[in-house]
Amino acid sequence: MANKFLHAIYDDDDKLLDAVKFLKKEGVYIEDVFTPFPVHGLDKALGLEPTRISIAGFIYGCIGFAFAIFMMNYIMIVDWPQNIGGKPSFSFIENMPAFVPIMFELTVFFSAHLMVITFYLRSRLWPFKEAENPIPETTDDKFLVQIPVSDNEKELKSKVKKTDIFKIDIVENKDE
Amino acid sequence: MASHYEAPIRKPLVTGNKTYHQISVDVAKPIEGKANKQWWIVFSISLVLFMWGVGCMIYTISTGIGVWGLNKTVGWAWDITNFVWWIGIGHAGTLISAVLLLFRQKWRMGINRSAEAMTIFSVMQAGLFPLIHMGRPWLAYWVLPIPNQFGSLWVNFNSPLLWDVFAISTYLTVSLVFWWTGLLPDFAMIRDRAVKPFQKKIYSLVSFGWSGRAKDWQRFEEISLVLAGLATPLVLSVHTIVSFDFATSVIPGWHTTIFPPYFVAGAIFSGFAMVNTLLIVMRKVCNLEDYITLQHIELMNIVIMITGSIVGCAYITELFIAWYSGVEYEQYAFLNRATGPYWWAYWAMMTCNVFSPQLMWFKKLRTSIIFSFIISIVVNIGMWFERFVIIVTSLHRDYLPSSWTMFSPSFVDIGIFIGTIGFFFVLFLLYARTFPVIAQAEVKTILKSSGDNYKKMRDKNGK
Repeated sequence: MANKFLHAIYDDDDKLLDAVKFLKKEGVYIEDVFTPFPVHGLDKALGLEPTRISIAGFIYGCIGFAFAIFMMNYIMIVDWPQNIGGKPSFSFIENMPAFVPIMFELTVFFSAHLMVITFYLRSRLWPFKEAENPIPETTDDKFLVQIPVSDNEKELKSKVKKTDIFKIDIVENKDE
Repeated sequence: MASHYEAPIRKPLVTGNKTYHQISVDVAKPIEGKANKQWWIVFSISLVLFMWGVGCMIYTISTGIGVWGLNKTVGWAWDITNFVWWIGIGHAGTLISAVLLLFRQKWRMGINRSAEAMTIFSVMQAGLFPLIHMGRPWLAYWVLPIPNQFGSLWVNFNSPLLWDVFAISTYLTVSLVFWWTGLLPDFAMIRDRAVKPFQKKIYSLVSFGWSGRAKDWQRFEEISLVLAGLATPLVLSVHTIVSFDFATSVIPGWHTTIFPPYFVAGAIFSGFAMVNTLLIVMRKVCNLEDYITLQHIELMNIVIMITGSIVGCAYITELFIAWYSGVEYEQYAFLNRATGPYWWAYWAMMTCNVFSPQLMWFKKLRTSIIFSFIISIVVNIGMWFERFVIIVTSLHRDYLPSSWTMFSPSFVDIGIFIGTIGFFFVLFLLYARTFPVIAQAEVKTILKSSGDNYKKMRDKNGK
């Protein structure tokens, strides 16, 4: 793993987007980009794969739906059928209309919570997690492109300087 | 700049020549500064009210529900009225954050954070009422379908009250994670600005180590969109299910199929009114007039006007259907509402909910801040009366005339209600001092399309 990085810092989202497109065309490897807000089109410019988290959300929703059916069928029909208010609960299909609200709620419950948990785990977000943005300004108004440096420092610098740059930093990571 | 084009006819949503950095400064200011005297005064009053409410709750639980004004005819009164009122208020937050996100309404960005906070705090107030009404709240877990030692005695999934348990707990928790996920980048901004070590520690903890990577933002946006898509039917389902508490019964005045849409419209109506009440004060106190502009207030007033008209329409439909049904009991229930001993509650409801929002047709009135504030209070009073009218007037004329009675609240009923208002404001005031009250990361994304400085620049360049 590279332990020397070039930090190209921009002060505008449009400048960043142009720079990323330019650097990609020049064949520069960009490890990461840190921005204070979602810059639209950045994921495409960086060539990031589309996220599959909504597919996961759909699957979680299906699990919730199936769980609701299983739970209510077991509790109301199998384990202890009762005649409530003249409406006996001896068959799932006849009792089903009364189960619709909870089927829906549990679908949403499972889908929303498991999807958010998946997001937190995949993006490594949890309490007591240390933040990893290299400079604190990237949550305010600066946009940082992180490029690993091996022995091509000069070449990289000259390429980065061609973009509408705010500041260039060379950072060495000592503990890695 | 061309990629940030927005039609010139759209009014700016961020005023005052903001830059990205200026937005961070403005949003962080109430958190980094010290509370002023007014804050402490309002906070102290709210805390006293809350404590009074806690006292009344303790009295209720230790003595029994008999300390309320309920009698054998009116067995459900202020508790359920307050419950439905608070749940209704909560609906606007989800509507603003989810429905307006699906419709890509940019004006939601300035107000969604506080509206969602309001949702969560008011659903918490709502949840208190069924909990207290249980009489033995330590047995609240009996509403959950958990295996137990009573010989597999399960909950009844045919009961709308149980549907409520599921709907409201789903609603509360999903709103909470939606809110918190949106808060992560803003907490991170506060964390990275913080100079005091304690503050830095707290905001590092609550921001979950948010770093703002491109991949994180990609997932973040997808999550927001999907959660909005889930929260939209969820919010409609919650008040639908709340209305089922009444609609699935056979009491004349409750047993109507119009309840679900009518309750949902009423909920949005009262919720937007509460958002207006809170934000009109907050924008002034926290100096956020550049983010919560007159345009935002006007748009909320239009929503209040439309939902108020839907509610009015529902009231009149109810009356018509009661007459048209030919059912004597139904006809009596509605005639009694309007002309019986509770006529004053009915007409208070009609005046506040049907008449007052119609004034918003006048542009001069809906762009007046003081008028909007007054109407927002009036609407919330009206919506409280709506629930009171539906619940108490339908019950107080029982099937047997010998059971006919009136309901009068005891000081405990009033105390608990006032206590929840105090609790709500305690939470909201604490929130306003410690949370980023504007979704600054989202506002930054619309600055170039909807900021007044960029709009002027585009006007000058002619593109």
